Amino acid sequence: MELHSTTAHELAPLLQKRKISSTELTKAVLERIEKVEPRVNAYVTLTPELAMRMAQDADQRLQQGNTVTPLTGIPLAIKDNMCTRGILTSCASRILHNFVPPYDATVVTKLRNAGAVFVGKTNLDEFAMGSSTENSAMKLTLNPWDFERIPGGSSGGSAAAVAAGETILALGSDTGGSIRQPAALCGVVGLKPTYGRVSRYGLVAFASSLDQIGTLVKDVEDTALLMNCIAAHDPMDSTSGNIPVPDYTTFLNHSINGIKVGVPKEYFVEGMDPVVEQAVRKAIDTLAELGAEIIEISLPHTEYAIATYYLCATAEASSNLARYDGAHYGYRSPGTDNIVDMFSKTRAEGFGKEVKRRIMLGTYALSAGYYDAYYLKALKVRTLIKQDFEQAFQQCDVIVTPTTPTPAFRVGEKTEDPLQMYLSDIFTISVNLAGIPAVSLPCGFAGSLPVGIQIMAGSFEEGKILRVAHCYEQAAGFCRSRPTL
Amino acid sequence: MAKISEDDVRHVALLSRLYFTDEEIRQFTKDLNSIFSYVEKLRELDTEAVEPTSHSLKLSNVIREDIITSPLPVDEALANAPEAETGYFRVPKIIQEY
Amino acid sequence: MTYESVIGLEVHTELATASKVFCGCPTTFGVPPNTQVCPICIGMPGVLPVLNKKALEYSIRTALTLNCDINEVTLFDRKNYYYPDLPKNYQISQNYRYLGVNGLLEIVVDGRSKRVGINNVHLEEDAGKLLHPSTASADYSLVDLNRTGLPLLEIVTEPDMRGIKEAQIFMMTLKNLLQYIEVSDCKMEEGSLRFEVNVSLRPQGQQAYGTKVEIKNLNSIKTALKAIEYEMRRQSRVLDEGNQVIQETRLWDDVEMVTRAMRSKERAHDYRYFPEPDLVEVRISKEWQEEIRRHLPELQDAKKRRFIEQYDLPEYDAQVLTSSKALANYYEECLRVYNVPKAISNWIMTEVLRELNERELEPDEFSVTPVHLASMVKMIDSGTISGKIGKTVFAEMVETGKMPDLIVQEKGLVQISDEKELAGIVAKVVAENPGPVSEFKKGRQKAIGFLVGQVMKLTKGKANPQLVNSLLREQLK
Repeated sequence: MELHSTTAHELAPLLQKRKISSTELTKAVLERIEKVEPRVNAYVTLTPELAMRMAQDADQRLQQGNTVTPLTGIPLAIKDNMCTRGILTSCASRILHNFVPPYDATVVTKLRNAGAVFVGKTNLDEFAMGSSTENSAMKLTLNPWDFERIPGGSSGGSAAAVAAGETILALGSDTGGSIRQPAALCGVVGLKPTYGRVSRYGLVAFASSLDQIGTLVKDVEDTALLMNCIAAHDPMDSTSGNIPVPDYTTFLNHSINGIKVGVPKEYFVEGMDPVVEQAVRKAIDTLAELGAEIIEISLPHTEYAIATYYLCATAEASSNLARYDGAHYGYRSPGTDNIVDMFSKTRAEGFGKEVKRRIMLGTYALSAGYYDAYYLKALKVRTLIKQDFEQAFQQCDVIVTPTTPTPAFRVGEKTEDPLQMYLSDIFTISVNLAGIPAVSLPCGFAGSLPVGIQIMAGSFEEGKILRVAHCYEQAAGFCRSRPTL
Repeated sequence: MAKISEDDVRHVALLSRLYFTDEEIRQFTKDLNSIFSYVEKLRELDTEAVEPTSHSLKLSNVIREDIITSPLPVDEALANAPEAETGYFRVPKIIQEY
Repeated sequence: MTYESVIGLEVHTELATASKVFCGCPTTFGVPPNTQVCPICIGMPGVLPVLNKKALEYSIRTALTLNCDINEVTLFDRKNYYYPDLPKNYQISQNYRYLGVNGLLEIVVDGRSKRVGINNVHLEEDAGKLLHPSTASADYSLVDLNRTGLPLLEIVTEPDMRGIKEAQIFMMTLKNLLQYIEVSDCKMEEGSLRFEVNVSLRPQGQQAYGTKVEIKNLNSIKTALKAIEYEMRRQSRVLDEGNQVIQETRLWDDVEMVTRAMRSKERAHDYRYFPEPDLVEVRISKEWQEEIRRHLPELQDAKKRRFIEQYDLPEYDAQVLTSSKALANYYEECLRVYNVPKAISNWIMTEVLRELNERELEPDEFSVTPVHLASMVKMIDSGTISGKIGKTVFAEMVETGKMPDLIVQEKGLVQISDEKELAGIVAKVVAENPGPVSEFKKGRQKAIGFLVGQVMKLTKGKANPQLVNSLLREQLK
């Protein structure tokens, strides 16, 4: 097996036993990038020199044998909406095309401390707003399984990079499905942790009450390793949960005998690709064969989730993105002669269409006279959606659904109709509104395109998800499939 | 809900500090009407007695002690500034308005 | 027509914390621009606020002192508007559930007490400072974010004040109170206490309020009063001419001494308040409130009573000395150096207050520090200098800030208490003034005053007056 297509849990023992060096591994990944990146376009910024320096540092640590973690020496890609000190952090937006933060996101600090090797910053839909990564102002990332198709989004760069072997591990962020949907469409494993499990400090905000950093990797065990590093309480993030973090690897290699798996009837509806439904149904059968008890449940407010989500998310976004005005950092439109003009021109030129659309939506939803009718109403429906899950988890341990209604769509297929694009987030959005964790992992193929299954659990129950996901993955074996490039 | 007019959209654009062409205003008027008519769906639900959820995780009293941390060196603070002058951020003339 | 003015205030006070309200940057005034900033207060992408405990406690302390009901759960909200001194283009403030509501402050107007309602007290972050270069050709502005994120407490009154005098007394009473509870230094010239005024007029006797006008940019109580006065005149003129007052925000122009309507593209403000998702709710339990109440600093009334008891001062002295916290502190610091309560009080109530008022200084800005004053009083009591020389020394301390012993030494002001030396001078005065001498001998006691004065004249005031007196009486026996 080539080094770039392996996993961190396979590599860590080799590194620690000095069978391979991080320098060697990093070189292999950089060579792979050189070979496939011109076709995949997963990265906004590559940092090969930094990677080699970090690899040398890691090798030194490995040699000395102290402060070694399972991530020491492992190449990692970071979605370009997480701040990296001294490295361009663009959010794939023209408005931040030159922004070099003087600080690291908390997760970045943790990964530096663990000895991970930073390969580069990955592409995304501008400010993480989108489901295809087509809204990037930087480049068009393609799905490694089919170059005519999108990789999903908004963490499309990270998902594509992992699938194409352009990194071993990657970080993504998920506000309405932005980790899980590209994971499904690229055939990798993507975990959105519980809201508050991973610090948001340094994650460029889209919708603060929904955003969460998570993992995009090749299998469940790597998910556990990366989570062990990034999950923690952070005093810099007031919304971070002060709850002990378990060793996530302890949830692996357990039977799921007697585990209750809920299947919500509202998630198998018209408009779904029959091949996707078939793959998911088959995965559920596999879970039953593995000893799980499958029960039908109901999440009655599912049909209101998209409307609720788009009101909450855009309202917060309209305020979060107000700071990009050309005054203190980032792009400034040249040749304006007063401040209002400078703000309005800078923003008109600096933001892409979808970002502007969401700012407009959110501003309208918050504006005088509409707050109660739209925003407050959405916050109340959000409570109902949250309660749906709380009730469901009284009956079952985990909930299993498809991650997406269809496999990866073609480039340009949905860019014309924003509402249709929003509707494709139907299966992933409720999880963010409820703040619960969920993973997407490969469960088969629709033709040559990967299909994902989603497993959700109650707040701070990532362990339950990993247990079921690992058991399924070992039985089904789809995680070992790689696209041929 | 009343239809969103082009004038409404122009007002929202002003609040958002975004310049648009007339064509864009027309397009956004269409988009906003389509999305907000979809959102009307929420009216089906009686939420009279429901508490709003503004935060995913219910926490309270996350506070820090009043301890000073070191600020950024001024050159780092201004390193990303489009224009800076003698330690200040420089911006185009401000017309008094809020 | 005669109108009654209806006045309400919005008071902003910077809380005296060491670090900012949502980040750890220091809060020192007057340092070079943008040297007290970090990614959080610059509003860089991805940063998050964390609430300063002391800012919260100072807010609760103020709300309690203003007799507010404290909301058991209070929340922060975002107030959205674009301005380059507000780097995030939203201000973290409170709108949907204030920290304190329904308070009141009692003021005394012409010997009668009056209650001014406090609508609410809430905590927010301050904005930065903008500099507009004064050269006509300058087509730009400069931004300093040092002040951005300072904890700012907003106190909003009900429109309960009638006329300028009540507004003035309210402002002074509130300032005094805020200083007493040690939540703010209230230095208006540094912007740590700012007022915005709402003024409306209504015909005398009418119940319904008139249309109100909000006035901003008032950097001292004096200015605020001038602005209210101007605005009352302006509005009554508008009404007398049969026109309507327009509800608007006006800026005070300190040069022209007028208020001017602000130009505004957005006629209706639309701050689009919504709950701040980056901060969680604050629960203020009854226990916490009690704890804060227990640790309230001594307030004016208590201090006055204590001064009367502990220092045996007349009520009038105690009243004057506790009229501001700074003065009371000045007094007690003097006593720590030299504990003669009444003598120190006399000096403060006369010389010190006169100088402070003339120079418009706060006690802590005064060149004569408590150590200066107390050392000087000590020199008088020990006979090193006379009380009269004391006034000379005091004036010199005011001008130069030198210590009294140095002044006495440099100027040779040491009191002459040498009996031999003085006896000679007394003999000379007796010899040269036969008239007053004989009058004294005839029983006119007052004549001795003239003779003492002559001795003082010859010694340039340095003679020990008691000694001179007794020497004279001896020689005239």
